[in-house]
Amino acid sequence: VLRPFTLHRPRTTDEACELLVRFGDDAVPYAGGTELLLLMKLGMARPRHLVDVKRIPGLGEITDAPGVGAAAPRLTLGATSTHRAVERSPRIQGRCPLVAATARHVANVRVRNVGTVGGNLAFADPHSDLATLFLTLDATIELVSARGRRVLPLADFVRGPWETARQPGELLTSVGLTPWPASTGAAYVKFGVYERPTLGVAVALQCAPGDPTGRVTAARVAIGCVNPRPVRVLAAETRLVGARLAELDDVLDAAAAAAVDGADPDDDLHGSADYKREMVAVFARRALRVAAARARGIVPPIRFPHAVVA
Amino acid sequence: MSAAPAPEPIRLLVNGRVHDLALPAHALLLDVLRDQLGLKGAKRSCDSQVCGACTVLVDGLAVSACTYLAVEADGHAIVSVEGLAHGETLSPLQQAFLEAGAVQCGFCTPGMLMTARALLDEHPRPTREDVLHYLRGSLCRCTGYRKIVEAILAAGAAPGQTREGA
Repeated sequence: VLRPFTLHRPRTTDEACELLVRFGDDAVPYAGGTELLLLMKLGMARPRHLVDVKRIPGLGEITDAPGVGAAAPRLTLGATSTHRAVERSPRIQGRCPLVAATARHVANVRVRNVGTVGGNLAFADPHSDLATLFLTLDATIELVSARGRRVLPLADFVRGPWETARQPGELLTSVGLTPWPASTGAAYVKFGVYERPTLGVAVALQCAPGDPTGRVTAARVAIGCVNPRPVRVLAAETRLVGARLAELDDVLDAAAAAAVDGADPDDDLHGSADYKREMVAVFARRALRVAAARARGIVPPIRFPHAVVA
Repeated sequence: MSAAPAPEPIRLLVNGRVHDLALPAHALLLDVLRDQLGLKGAKRSCDSQVCGACTVLVDGLAVSACTYLAVEADGHAIVSVEGLAHGETLSPLQQAFLEAGAVQCGFCTPGMLMTARALLDEHPRPTREDVLHYLRGSLCRCTGYRKIVEAILAAGAAPGQTREGA
Protein backbone atom coordinates (compact mmCIF):
# COMPACT_ATOMS: atom_id res chain seq x y z
CA VAL A 1 0.00 0.00 0.00
CA LEU A 2 1.25 3.43 -0.93
CA ARG A 3 1.13 6.51 1.26
CA PRO A 4 -0.72 9.48 -0.27
CA PHE A 5 1.21 11.84 -2.54
CA THR A 6 0.50 14.51 -5.12
CA LEU A 7 1.23 13.60 -8.72
CA HIS A 8 2.52 16.46 -10.86
CA ARG A 9 2.55 16.26 -14.64
CA PRO A 10 4.85 18.93 -16.04
CA ARG A 11 4.97 19.45 -19.80
CA THR A 12 8.52 20.80 -19.98
CA THR A 13 11.83 20.02 -18.30
CA ASP A 14 11.89 23.60 -16.97
CA GLU A 15 8.57 23.02 -15.25
CA ALA A 16 9.77 19.66 -13.88
CA CYS A 17 12.96 21.21 -12.49
CA GLU A 18 10.95 24.04 -10.94
CA LEU A 19 8.76 21.48 -9.13
CA LEU A 20 11.84 19.58 -7.92
CA VAL A 21 13.27 22.83 -6.51
CA ARG A 22 9.98 23.97 -4.99
CA PHE A 23 9.34 20.74 -3.08
CA GLY A 24 12.99 19.84 -2.42
CA ASP A 25 13.46 16.60 -0.51
CA ASP A 26 9.71 15.98 -0.61
CA ALA A 27 9.75 15.55 -4.40
CA VAL A 28 11.13 12.85 -6.63
CA PRO A 29 11.11 12.35 -10.42
CA TYR A 30 8.81 9.53 -11.46
CA ALA A 31 8.55 7.66 -14.76
CA GLY A 32 7.89 3.91 -14.93
CA GLY A 33 7.83 3.52 -11.17
CA THR A 34 9.33 0.03 -11.32
CA GLU A 35 11.94 0.95 -8.71
CA LEU A 36 10.40 3.97 -7.00
CA LEU A 37 6.95 2.53 -6.25
CA LEU A 38 8.55 -0.60 -4.75
CA LEU A 39 10.62 1.49 -2.34
CA MET A 40 7.56 3.58 -1.49
CA LYS A 41 5.52 0.47 -0.74
CA LEU A 42 8.27 -0.69 1.60
CA GLY A 43 8.29 2.73 3.26
CA MET A 44 11.96 3.20 2.29
CA ALA A 45 11.06 6.30 0.27
CA ARG A 46 8.29 8.64 1.41
CA PRO A 47 8.06 11.47 -1.13
CA ARG A 48 4.95 13.61 -0.92
CA HIS A 49 5.32 14.84 -4.49
CA LEU A 50 5.93 12.71 -7.56
CA VAL A 51 7.02 14.62 -10.65
CA ASP A 52 5.88 12.52 -13.60
CA VAL A 53 8.31 13.20 -16.45
CA LYS A 54 6.70 10.84 -18.98
CA ARG A 55 4.51 13.54 -20.52
CA ILE A 56 7.36 15.88 -21.36
CA PRO A 57 7.49 15.86 -25.16
CA GLY A 58 10.76 14.55 -26.59
CA LEU A 59 12.05 13.03 -23.36
CA GLY A 60 11.46 9.53 -24.70
CA GLU A 61 13.13 10.05 -28.06
CA ILE A 62 15.95 7.95 -29.41
CA THR A 63 18.18 9.93 -31.77
CA ASP A 64 21.26 9.35 -33.80
CA ALA A 65 24.04 11.78 -34.73
CA PRO A 66 26.63 10.87 -37.36
CA GLY A 67 30.31 11.35 -36.58
CA VAL A 68 31.66 14.64 -37.88
CA GLY A 69 35.41 15.07 -38.27
CA ALA A 70 37.12 13.75 -35.16
CA ALA A 71 33.83 13.49 -33.29
CA ALA A 72 32.50 9.93 -32.99
CA PRO A 73 28.91 9.15 -33.92
CA ARG A 74 26.51 9.31 -30.99
CA LEU A 75 23.31 7.57 -30.08
CA THR A 76 21.08 9.38 -27.60
CA LEU A 77 18.43 7.63 -25.52
CA GLY A 78 15.88 9.94 -23.95
CA ALA A 79 15.40 9.33 -20.23
CA THR A 80 11.83 8.08 -20.53
CA SER A 81 12.58 5.54 -23.29
CA THR A 82 11.23 2.25 -21.99
CA HIS A 83 13.29 -0.92 -22.16
CA ARG A 84 10.71 -2.17 -24.64
CA ALA A 85 11.22 0.89 -26.86
CA VAL A 86 14.99 0.36 -26.75
CA GLU A 87 14.61 -3.33 -27.59
CA ARG A 88 12.45 -2.49 -30.62
CA SER A 89 14.09 0.69 -31.89
CA PRO A 90 15.29 0.16 -35.49
CA ARG A 91 17.83 2.91 -34.86
CA ILE A 92 19.36 1.06 -31.90
CA GLN A 93 19.10 -2.32 -33.61
CA GLY A 94 21.00 -0.84 -36.55
CA ARG A 95 23.61 1.25 -34.75
CA CYS A 96 24.20 -0.80 -31.64
CA PRO A 97 22.38 -4.15 -31.72
CA LEU A 98 23.84 -5.30 -28.39
CA VAL A 99 21.97 -2.50 -26.59
CA ALA A 100 18.67 -3.70 -28.09
CA ALA A 101 19.54 -7.32 -27.30
CA THR A 102 20.38 -6.47 -23.69
CA ALA A 103 17.18 -4.43 -23.26
CA ARG A 104 15.30 -7.58 -24.32
CA HIS A 105 16.65 -9.34 -21.24
CA VAL A 106 16.10 -6.67 -18.59
CA ALA A 107 14.04 -8.09 -15.68
CA ASN A 108 10.77 -9.37 -17.17
CA VAL A 109 8.27 -8.29 -19.81
CA ARG A 110 6.12 -6.28 -17.36
CA VAL A 111 9.09 -4.28 -16.11
CA ARG A 112 10.33 -3.71 -19.68
CA ASN A 113 6.94 -2.38 -20.75
CA VAL A 114 6.99 0.47 -18.23
CA GLY A 115 10.54 0.78 -16.83
CA THR A 116 12.74 3.45 -18.38
CA VAL A 117 16.41 3.85 -19.22
CA GLY A 118 16.64 7.08 -17.22
CA GLY A 119 15.00 5.55 -14.19
CA ASN A 120 17.29 2.53 -14.31
CA LEU A 121 20.42 4.71 -14.37
CA ALA A 122 19.17 7.38 -11.95
CA PHE A 123 18.36 4.74 -9.36
CA ALA A 124 21.92 3.38 -9.52
CA ASP A 125 20.90 -0.04 -8.31
CA PRO A 126 24.20 -1.95 -8.43
CA HIS A 127 22.33 -4.77 -10.16
CA SER A 128 21.76 -2.92 -13.42
CA ASP A 129 22.32 -4.49 -16.83
CA LEU A 130 22.32 -1.15 -18.62
CA ALA A 131 24.86 0.61 -16.42
CA THR A 132 27.39 -2.18 -16.96
CA LEU A 133 26.87 -2.39 -20.71
CA PHE A 134 26.83 1.39 -21.17
CA LEU A 135 30.29 1.72 -19.60
CA THR A 136 31.66 -0.11 -22.67
CA LEU A 137 29.94 2.48 -24.89
CA ASP A 138 31.60 5.47 -23.17
CA ALA A 139 28.19 6.61 -21.94
CA THR A 140 27.49 10.14 -20.79
CA ILE A 141 24.61 11.37 -18.67
CA GLU A 142 22.82 14.63 -19.39
CA LEU A 143 21.40 16.51 -16.40
CA VAL A 144 19.23 19.59 -16.64
CA SER A 145 18.35 22.10 -13.94
CA ALA A 146 17.43 25.76 -13.54
CA ARG A 147 21.19 26.40 -13.53
CA GLY A 148 21.51 24.93 -17.01
CA ARG A 149 22.68 21.67 -18.52
CA ARG A 150 25.69 19.52 -17.75
CA VAL A 151 27.00 16.29 -19.19
CA LEU A 152 29.15 13.87 -17.24
CA PRO A 153 30.55 10.39 -17.86
CA LEU A 154 28.38 7.56 -16.56
CA ALA A 155 31.42 6.38 -14.59
CA ASP A 156 31.33 9.67 -12.63
CA PHE A 157 27.55 9.82 -12.43
CA VAL A 158 27.16 6.52 -10.55
CA ARG A 159 28.92 7.06 -7.23
CA GLY A 160 27.91 3.93 -5.36
CA PRO A 161 24.91 1.79 -4.50
CA TRP A 162 21.79 3.93 -5.09
CA GLU A 163 24.00 7.00 -5.09
CA THR A 164 24.58 9.35 -8.02
CA ALA A 165 26.04 12.76 -8.78
CA ARG A 166 22.55 14.14 -9.46
CA GLN A 167 22.09 17.32 -7.44
CA PRO A 168 18.83 18.53 -5.88
CA GLY A 169 16.71 20.15 -8.57
CA GLU A 170 18.43 18.27 -11.38
CA LEU A 171 16.67 16.00 -13.83
CA LEU A 172 18.31 13.20 -15.81
CA THR A 173 17.20 13.90 -19.37
CA SER A 174 19.20 11.53 -21.58
CA VAL A 175 22.08 9.11 -21.92
CA GLY A 176 24.52 9.40 -24.80
CA LEU A 177 26.32 6.36 -26.19
CA THR A 178 29.25 6.07 -28.59
CA PRO A 179 28.49 3.08 -30.78
CA TRP A 180 31.50 0.93 -31.68
CA PRO A 181 32.72 0.78 -35.28
CA ALA A 182 31.25 -2.02 -37.40
CA SER A 183 34.44 -4.09 -37.08
CA THR A 184 33.75 -4.78 -33.40
CA GLY A 185 32.60 -7.90 -31.64
CA ALA A 186 30.78 -7.37 -28.37
CA ALA A 187 28.81 -9.34 -25.81
CA TYR A 188 26.96 -8.96 -22.54
CA VAL A 189 26.76 -12.10 -20.43
CA LYS A 190 24.85 -12.20 -17.18
CA PHE A 191 23.92 -14.60 -14.46
CA GLY A 192 20.95 -14.36 -12.16
CA VAL A 193 17.88 -16.23 -11.06
CA TYR A 194 15.98 -13.12 -9.97
CA GLU A 195 14.80 -10.02 -11.84
CA ARG A 196 18.02 -8.26 -10.94
CA PRO A 197 21.19 -9.86 -12.27
CA THR A 198 23.75 -11.29 -9.84
CA LEU A 199 26.65 -10.70 -12.23
CA GLY A 200 26.97 -8.91 -15.56
CA VAL A 201 30.03 -8.74 -17.80
CA ALA A 202 30.13 -6.55 -20.92
CA VAL A 203 33.01 -6.66 -23.39
CA ALA A 204 33.83 -5.20 -26.79
CA LEU A 205 36.76 -6.08 -29.04
CA GLN A 206 37.46 -3.64 -31.83
CA CYS A 207 39.64 -4.57 -34.81
CA ALA A 208 40.94 -2.62 -37.77
CA PRO A 209 38.49 -3.07 -40.65
CA GLY A 210 39.78 -5.64 -43.15
CA ASP A 211 42.78 -6.58 -41.02
CA PRO A 212 43.57 -10.16 -42.08
CA THR A 213 45.42 -10.87 -38.85
CA GLY A 214 42.45 -9.69 -36.78
CA ARG A 215 44.37 -7.83 -34.13
CA VAL A 216 42.43 -6.15 -31.35
CA THR A 217 42.97 -2.39 -31.67
CA ALA A 218 40.76 -1.34 -28.75
CA ALA A 219 38.93 -3.21 -26.01
CA ARG A 220 36.32 -2.55 -23.36
CA VAL A 221 35.65 -4.70 -20.30
CA ALA A 222 33.04 -3.76 -17.71
CA ILE A 223 31.97 -5.73 -14.62
CA GLY A 224 28.69 -5.07 -12.87
CA CYS A 225 26.40 -6.26 -10.08
CA VAL A 226 29.12 -7.78 -7.90
CA ASN A 227 30.57 -4.32 -7.20
CA PRO A 228 29.14 -1.38 -5.27
CA ARG A 229 28.96 0.23 -8.72
CA PRO A 230 29.75 -1.03 -12.22
CA VAL A 231 33.37 -0.59 -13.26
CA ARG A 232 35.42 -0.55 -16.43
CA VAL A 233 38.58 -2.59 -15.91
CA LEU A 234 41.35 -0.88 -17.85
CA ALA A 235 43.93 -3.49 -16.80
CA ALA A 236 41.87 -6.19 -18.49
CA GLU A 237 41.44 -4.07 -21.61
CA THR A 238 45.22 -3.53 -21.83
CA ARG A 239 45.80 -7.30 -21.86
CA LEU A 240 43.54 -7.67 -24.88
CA VAL A 241 44.86 -4.89 -27.13
CA GLY A 242 47.28 -6.25 -29.72
CA ALA A 243 46.12 -9.85 -29.34
CA ARG A 244 44.98 -11.73 -32.43
CA LEU A 245 41.32 -12.70 -32.32
CA ALA A 246 42.12 -16.23 -33.50
CA GLU A 247 44.58 -16.62 -30.62
CA LEU A 248 42.58 -14.82 -27.97
CA ASP A 249 42.77 -17.92 -25.77
CA ASP A 250 46.45 -17.04 -25.13
CA VAL A 251 45.50 -13.87 -23.25
CA LEU A 252 42.10 -14.96 -21.97
CA ASP A 253 43.26 -16.08 -18.53
CA ALA A 254 45.33 -12.95 -18.00
CA ALA A 255 42.44 -10.71 -19.02
CA ALA A 256 40.00 -12.64 -16.82
CA ALA A 257 42.40 -12.42 -13.86
CA ALA A 258 42.69 -8.67 -14.38
CA ALA A 259 38.88 -8.44 -14.48
CA VAL A 260 38.72 -10.25 -11.14
CA ASP A 261 41.26 -7.84 -9.66
CA GLY A 262 39.11 -4.94 -10.86
CA ALA A 263 35.98 -6.29 -9.20
CA ASP A 264 35.29 -5.57 -5.55
CA PRO A 265 32.68 -8.09 -4.44
CA ASP A 266 31.11 -8.45 -1.01
CA ASP A 267 29.47 -11.41 0.68
CA ASP A 268 25.70 -11.09 0.37
CA LEU A 269 22.58 -13.10 -0.38
CA HIS A 270 23.67 -13.45 -4.02
CA GLY A 271 26.80 -15.35 -2.93
CA SER A 272 30.14 -15.13 -1.17
CA ALA A 273 32.83 -12.74 -2.35
CA ASP A 274 35.09 -15.67 -3.27
CA TYR A 275 32.37 -17.29 -5.33
CA LYS A 276 31.68 -14.03 -7.13
CA ARG A 277 35.37 -13.61 -7.94
CA GLU A 278 35.42 -17.09 -9.49
CA MET A 279 32.33 -16.28 -11.50
CA VAL A 280 33.76 -12.98 -12.75
CA ALA A 281 36.65 -14.96 -14.26
CA VAL A 282 34.31 -17.55 -15.80
CA PHE A 283 31.94 -14.95 -17.24
CA ALA A 284 34.73 -12.69 -18.48
CA ARG A 285 36.19 -15.63 -20.44
CA ARG A 286 32.78 -16.51 -21.85
CA ALA A 287 31.98 -12.95 -22.85
CA LEU A 288 35.38 -12.50 -24.52
CA ARG A 289 35.06 -15.76 -26.46
CA VAL A 290 31.62 -14.76 -27.71
CA ALA A 291 32.81 -11.26 -28.63
CA ALA A 292 35.87 -12.61 -30.46
CA ALA A 293 33.74 -15.06 -32.44
CA ARG A 294 31.34 -12.26 -33.38
CA ALA A 295 34.22 -10.02 -34.46
CA ARG A 296 35.41 -12.81 -36.77
CA GLY A 297 31.93 -13.37 -38.16
CA ILE A 298 31.65 -16.79 -36.58
CA VAL A 299 28.50 -17.93 -34.81
CA PRO A 300 29.64 -18.03 -31.20
CA PRO A 301 29.08 -20.86 -28.72
CA ILE A 302 26.51 -19.17 -26.52
CA ARG A 303 24.77 -22.00 -24.68
CA PHE A 304 25.84 -21.59 -21.08
CA PRO A 305 23.55 -23.08 -18.45
CA HIS A 306 21.84 -20.46 -16.28
CA ALA A 307 23.51 -17.59 -18.12
CA VAL A 308 21.91 -15.07 -20.44
CA VAL A 309 23.96 -14.02 -23.45
CA ALA A 310 23.02 -10.80 -25.20
CA MET B 1 1.36 18.20 7.30
CA SER B 2 -0.81 19.17 4.35
CA ALA B 3 -4.20 17.58 3.72
CA ALA B 4 -4.33 14.44 1.61
CA PRO B 5 -4.51 15.29 -2.10
CA ALA B 6 -8.03 15.29 -3.54
CA PRO B 7 -9.09 12.36 -5.73
CA GLU B 8 -9.18 13.08 -9.44
CA PRO B 9 -11.82 11.87 -11.88
CA ILE B 10 -10.57 9.12 -14.16
CA ARG B 11 -12.12 6.91 -16.78
CA LEU B 12 -11.08 3.28 -17.07
CA LEU B 13 -12.18 1.03 -19.90
CA VAL B 14 -12.04 -2.41 -18.28
CA ASN B 15 -12.88 -5.46 -20.37
CA GLY B 16 -14.85 -3.20 -22.70
CA ARG B 17 -16.85 -1.51 -19.94
CA VAL B 18 -16.47 2.15 -18.99
CA HIS B 19 -15.95 2.99 -15.33
CA ASP B 20 -15.92 6.62 -14.20
CA LEU B 21 -14.13 6.78 -10.87
CA ALA B 22 -12.61 9.33 -8.53
CA LEU B 23 -9.22 8.10 -7.37
CA PRO B 24 -6.27 9.50 -5.45
CA ALA B 25 -2.92 9.34 -7.26
CA HIS B 26 -1.61 6.66 -4.92
CA ALA B 27 -4.38 4.14 -5.73
CA LEU B 28 -2.82 1.04 -7.27
CA LEU B 29 -4.50 -0.48 -10.30
CA LEU B 30 -4.66 -3.88 -8.61
CA ASP B 31 -6.61 -2.52 -5.63
CA VAL B 32 -9.03 -0.65 -7.89
CA LEU B 33 -9.70 -3.75 -9.98
CA ARG B 34 -10.12 -6.05 -6.99
CA ASP B 35 -11.75 -3.85 -4.37
CA GLN B 36 -13.71 -1.27 -6.34
CA LEU B 37 -14.64 -3.19 -9.49
CA GLY B 38 -14.86 -6.63 -7.86
CA LEU B 39 -12.54 -8.24 -10.39
CA LYS B 40 -10.64 -10.74 -8.27
CA GLY B 41 -8.81 -12.58 -11.04
CA ALA B 42 -5.57 -10.62 -10.75
CA LYS B 43 -3.84 -11.64 -7.51
CA ARG B 44 -1.57 -9.80 -5.13
CA SER B 45 1.36 -12.06 -4.37
CA CYS B 46 4.95 -10.78 -4.42
CA ASP B 47 3.82 -7.14 -4.65
CA SER B 48 7.12 -6.35 -6.36
CA GLN B 49 6.80 -7.17 -10.08
CA VAL B 50 8.59 -10.47 -9.70
CA CYS B 51 5.88 -13.16 -9.85
CA GLY B 52 3.34 -12.13 -12.51
CA ALA B 53 0.20 -13.09 -10.55
CA CYS B 54 -1.29 -9.58 -10.92
CA THR B 55 -0.63 -9.25 -14.67
CA VAL B 56 -3.23 -7.32 -16.67
CA LEU B 57 -3.01 -5.68 -20.08
CA VAL B 58 -3.01 -1.91 -20.53
CA ASP B 59 -3.45 -1.09 -24.21
CA GLY B 60 -2.31 -4.64 -24.94
CA LEU B 61 0.90 -4.46 -22.89
CA ALA B 62 1.39 -6.73 -19.89
CA VAL B 63 1.91 -4.77 -16.68
CA SER B 64 2.08 -5.62 -12.99
CA ALA B 65 -1.12 -4.11 -11.60
CA CYS B 66 0.43 -4.25 -8.08
CA THR B 67 2.99 -1.61 -9.02
CA TYR B 68 1.01 0.52 -11.46
CA LEU B 69 -0.84 3.68 -10.51
CA ALA B 70 -4.49 3.45 -11.53
CA VAL B 71 -4.44 7.09 -12.69
CA GLU B 72 -1.86 6.09 -15.33
CA ALA B 73 -4.56 4.00 -16.96
CA ASP B 74 -6.94 6.97 -17.27
CA GLY B 75 -8.48 6.79 -20.74
CA HIS B 76 -6.76 3.52 -21.58
CA ALA B 77 -8.09 0.03 -22.25
CA ILE B 78 -7.50 -2.57 -19.56
CA VAL B 79 -8.05 -6.28 -20.01
CA SER B 80 -8.06 -8.61 -17.02
CA VAL B 81 -8.58 -12.36 -17.04
CA GLU B 82 -12.33 -11.77 -16.65
CA GLY B 83 -12.29 -10.22 -20.11
CA LEU B 84 -11.00 -13.28 -21.96
CA ALA B 85 -14.11 -15.49 -22.09
CA HIS B 86 -17.29 -14.58 -23.97
CA GLY B 87 -19.98 -15.31 -21.41
CA GLU B 88 -19.74 -19.01 -20.65
CA THR B 89 -17.55 -19.67 -23.69
CA LEU B 90 -13.86 -19.90 -22.95
CA SER B 91 -11.40 -18.22 -25.27
CA PRO B 92 -9.22 -20.56 -27.37
CA LEU B 93 -6.30 -19.75 -25.06
CA GLN B 94 -8.26 -20.66 -21.94
CA GLN B 95 -9.50 -23.81 -23.66
CA ALA B 96 -5.90 -24.74 -24.49
CA PHE B 97 -4.95 -24.38 -20.80
CA LEU B 98 -7.86 -26.61 -19.85
CA GLU B 99 -7.00 -29.27 -22.42
CA ALA B 100 -3.29 -29.29 -21.59
CA GLY B 101 -4.01 -29.51 -17.86
CA ALA B 102 -1.96 -26.35 -17.42
CA VAL B 103 -3.67 -25.53 -14.11
CA GLN B 104 -3.10 -26.91 -10.65
CA CYS B 105 -3.87 -24.65 -7.70
CA GLY B 106 -4.88 -21.89 -10.11
CA PHE B 107 -3.32 -18.97 -8.29
CA CYS B 108 -0.91 -18.03 -11.09
CA THR B 109 -3.35 -18.91 -13.88
CA PRO B 110 -4.88 -15.44 -14.47
CA GLY B 111 -1.41 -13.91 -14.77
CA MET B 112 -0.19 -16.74 -16.99
CA LEU B 113 -3.21 -16.31 -19.27
CA MET B 114 -2.77 -12.55 -19.55
CA THR B 115 0.95 -12.88 -20.21
CA ALA B 116 0.22 -15.50 -22.86
CA ARG B 117 -2.47 -13.23 -24.34
CA ALA B 118 0.05 -10.40 -24.73
CA LEU B 119 2.58 -12.80 -26.25
CA LEU B 120 0.11 -14.19 -28.80
CA ASP B 121 -0.98 -10.68 -29.79
CA GLU B 122 2.66 -9.90 -30.55
CA HIS B 123 3.66 -13.29 -31.97
CA PRO B 124 0.62 -15.23 -33.15
CA ARG B 125 2.87 -18.26 -33.84
CA PRO B 126 5.45 -18.20 -31.07
CA THR B 127 8.35 -20.62 -30.87
CA ARG B 128 9.09 -22.45 -27.63
CA GLU B 129 11.95 -20.01 -27.10
CA ASP B 130 9.55 -17.05 -27.52
CA VAL B 131 7.22 -18.56 -24.91
CA LEU B 132 9.98 -19.25 -22.40
CA HIS B 133 11.39 -15.76 -22.86
CA TYR B 134 8.01 -14.12 -22.36
CA LEU B 135 7.14 -16.23 -19.32
CA ARG B 136 10.35 -15.28 -17.51
CA GLY B 137 9.09 -13.57 -14.37
CA SER B 138 5.77 -15.46 -14.32
CA LEU B 139 6.05 -17.90 -11.46
CA CYS B 140 4.13 -21.13 -10.89
CA ARG B 141 4.78 -23.25 -7.81
CA CYS B 142 2.82 -26.32 -8.94
CA THR B 143 3.01 -27.26 -12.57
CA GLY B 144 6.69 -27.15 -13.42
CA TYR B 145 5.67 -24.88 -16.36
CA ARG B 146 5.77 -27.64 -18.94
CA LYS B 147 2.02 -27.88 -19.48
CA ILE B 148 1.65 -24.11 -19.45
CA VAL B 149 4.21 -23.83 -22.25
CA GLU B 150 2.49 -26.66 -24.16
CA ALA B 151 -0.88 -24.92 -23.79
CA ILE B 152 0.44 -21.62 -25.12
CA LEU B 153 2.17 -23.33 -28.05
CA ALA B 154 -1.07 -25.22 -28.81
CA ALA B 155 -3.09 -22.01 -28.67
CA GLY B 156 -0.56 -20.38 -30.98
CA ALA B 157 -0.71 -23.25 -33.46
CA ALA B 158 -4.53 -23.44 -33.46
CA PRO B 159 -6.33 -22.03 -36.51
CA GLY B 160 -8.26 -18.84 -35.93
CA GLN B 161 -5.94 -17.77 -33.11
CA THR B 162 -6.44 -14.07 -33.58
CA ARG B 163 -7.08 -11.06 -31.40
CA GLU B 164 -10.78 -11.40 -32.09
CA GLY B 165 -10.71 -15.12 -31.34
CA ALA B 166 -9.20 -14.46 -27.95
